[in-house]
Amino acid sequence: MVVGELTGDVVDGLFHALADPTRRDILRRCAIGEPSVSRLARAYPMSFAAVQKHVAVLERAGLVTKQRRGREQLVRTDAGAVSHARQALDDLEATWRGRLDRMSALLADSTEPADEDLPIGETG
Amino acid sequence: MSITSVNTDYDNLTITVIADFDAAIKRVWDVWSDPRKLQRWWGPPTDPATFQTLELTPGGQATYIMTGPDRVTRGAWQVTAVDPPTSLEFTDIFTDTDGRPIAHMPAITVSVRLTERDRGTRMQLHVKFASREDMDKLISTGIAESLRHTVGQIDGLLA
Repeated sequence: MVVGELTGDVVDGLFHALADPTRRDILRRCAIGEPSVSRLARAYPMSFAAVQKHVAVLERAGLVTKQRRGREQLVRTDAGAVSHARQALDDLEATWRGRLDRMSALLADSTEPADEDLPIGETG
Repeated sequence: MSITSVNTDYDNLTITVIADFDAAIKRVWDVWSDPRKLQRWWGPPTDPATFQTLELTPGGQATYIMTGPDRVTRGAWQVTAVDPPTSLEFTDIFTDTDGRPIAHMPAITVSVRLTERDRGTRMQLHVKFASREDMDKLISTGIAESLRHTVGQIDGLLA
């Protein structure tokens, strides 16, 4: 089943879905919250039908799912997208923690070059 | 030696750091502005950085190259504001071998603020994605990567 889903057409559909800036923006909004189609439609200077069309392209590509709640259709994205964003931010945080550790070690190193002979603030 | 708080905001994709150093403000400023010191901490031990230029003026650039065992990463700071020895703001981008920005890689903005505190220095750091579009790039890249990964697995199954 999974194998059958990933035909060339599906892959094309995914890249087609991601190629449009409005659809990427919809994806971003759905990664953060779970907006309704009508709330999404209010966020763009285009018709409800046009936004609905974009959502349909994303849905066909398997990037979002629609769920009916009362009179509203809520759009949510694949949780993987959110975890990727989190992962990248976690990586960035790890990068900076490493930099801070090395910076601390450097500042604690008293055998620094000669221009530190009379450090301001350390001579009283 | 330093008390550090790191706060990561997943909604705004921002990292905020507060670090207190037992060092005079000039010494802390020097680790950002002296290339010999900067390259001792910017890159990880596995991929040490070498700064080729370091123009800390508004509109100035710092270009660097990080060399690892099996990869070379090039990047540049585009300096937007500087006020020695208290503040520095720049955008950190990925560049190609000709020093041109790589469009599909996200840009990161970094803001550094140093203040004297008791006998030491407090450093406040804000690290975030330069724009909403950079955040989109990240999410789309993540999806594309997981897709490539999945396609690779499928290829493995069909082989």
